[in-house]
Amino acid sequence: MIRVYLPGHLRTLANINGEVEIEIQGPVTQRSVLDALELRYPALQGTIRDHVSGKRRSFLRFFACQEDLSHESPDAPLPDAVVSGAEPFLVVGAIAGG
Amino acid sequence: MSKVRVLVGTRKGAFILTSDGKRESWNVSGPHFSGWEVYHLKGSPVDPNRLYASQSSAWSGQVIQRSNDGGETWAPVGNKFVYEGVAGTHQWYDGTPHPWEFKRVWHLEPSLTDPDTVYAGVEDAAFFKSTDGGQNWQELPGLRGHGSGPRWQPGAGGMCLHTIMPDPTNPDRIFIAISAAGAFRTDDSGQTWQPINKGLYSQYIPEPTADVGHCVHHMAFHKSRPNVLFMQKHWDVMRSDDAGDSWHEVSGNLPTDFGFVIDVNSNEPDTIYVVPIKSDAEHFPPEGKLRVYRSRTGGNEWEALTNGLPQSNCYVNVFRDAMAVDSLDKCGVYFGTTGGQVYASSDAGDNWAPIVRDLPAVLSVEVQTLE
Repeated sequence: MIRVYLPGHLRTLANINGEVEIEIQGPVTQRSVLDALELRYPALQGTIRDHVSGKRRSFLRFFACQEDLSHESPDAPLPDAVVSGAEPFLVVGAIAGG
Repeated sequence: MSKVRVLVGTRKGAFILTSDGKRESWNVSGPHFSGWEVYHLKGSPVDPNRLYASQSSAWSGQVIQRSNDGGETWAPVGNKFVYEGVAGTHQWYDGTPHPWEFKRVWHLEPSLTDPDTVYAGVEDAAFFKSTDGGQNWQELPGLRGHGSGPRWQPGAGGMCLHTIMPDPTNPDRIFIAISAAGAFRTDDSGQTWQPINKGLYSQYIPEPTADVGHCVHHMAFHKSRPNVLFMQKHWDVMRSDDAGDSWHEVSGNLPTDFGFVIDVNSNEPDTIYVVPIKSDAEHFPPEGKLRVYRSRTGGNEWEALTNGLPQSNCYVNVFRDAMAVDSLDKCGVYFGTTGGQVYASSDAGDNWAPIVRDLPAVLSVEVQTLE
């Protein structure tokens, strides 16, 4: 079971309370996790990854196991601790404001 | 008794302000979509409880929301805006070619006849249409493909299609405006478009009378007389009496003819409103006095409306989509400011009072008159 933690504005958009738990068949990667997430919550389509390019939106970051995975390949395997459910995959809003 | 519903988009959410026909006591609902920019929301003329809202953020892009109960509840619908074919390039600020990139929806215009049909004006400028209540969006590429697209350029706020005006007397005719490309008209439901900028003069482009490149800030017409168009350009207030085929200036005695909003009284087709702003570099009212100017002669002769508006130390702006009128008698006029005030007049502009004072910066104001 993969645990995914989303920023507050996306939890509100998709009516999610707390973490999301999703099952992944096959390799556990950023792409497979986000594909499964968007399948369950269509409102998230286009809000984490751009509709056209499929790339991570610039002001969102992907963290796990205290590492910044934002610049990893979307098809790279996620850490074992994420695959086992010991650690969540974090989608985090980049710092901005004034 | 009639009711009025004012739809307010702000930098940090949407607010819905409701009142009875007296327009004295107001109920405030919101923020809806808290924390997100809401560039625009608008109701269907044929099903007033069907509302559409454009919600966006730098973090998570574009979301379109739809309500079927007058804004009590909302649900996200489709947010996939993909340009048809090769997107191509337009001019960047420095004059170099820049790829067309979707950024956000500036304006949603529900169809005059079908609550499931809605048009979207987007940045970078293009015209989209949904016929299934906002679930799916298709670009009508004839506008961007008109041939002048490579010469369009962004205004300071971005290269946005911000004004959409379907002609109530001709279902095939729609007027739109883009900053900074100018005004365009289709007479075949959006398949082909022609620029309608003859008579505009813009010193900030190399050829001041060019067919495209003008920074039109907003346009308006009276629904009974859609061949008469009014325009607030970057500088200059303009009028066309032939559906945009030609324009002439009607700035007259305005203290400055820079500004963003323009609207027409719902009962008097020759009564129009603007909010003069000092200059392109000083986006606040001249002399720190917030004044709506009204012309009862279709332009040229203007009077300042000040009763109830701050007449000292006021340095707010009023964005292009942040003025609207209701259809009661007397006509109600509403506008929102970057300082978060929404002002209302229930007597065609003679007297004003704030409905709310401390919202986030107001991006848009629309009004529904409900029976």
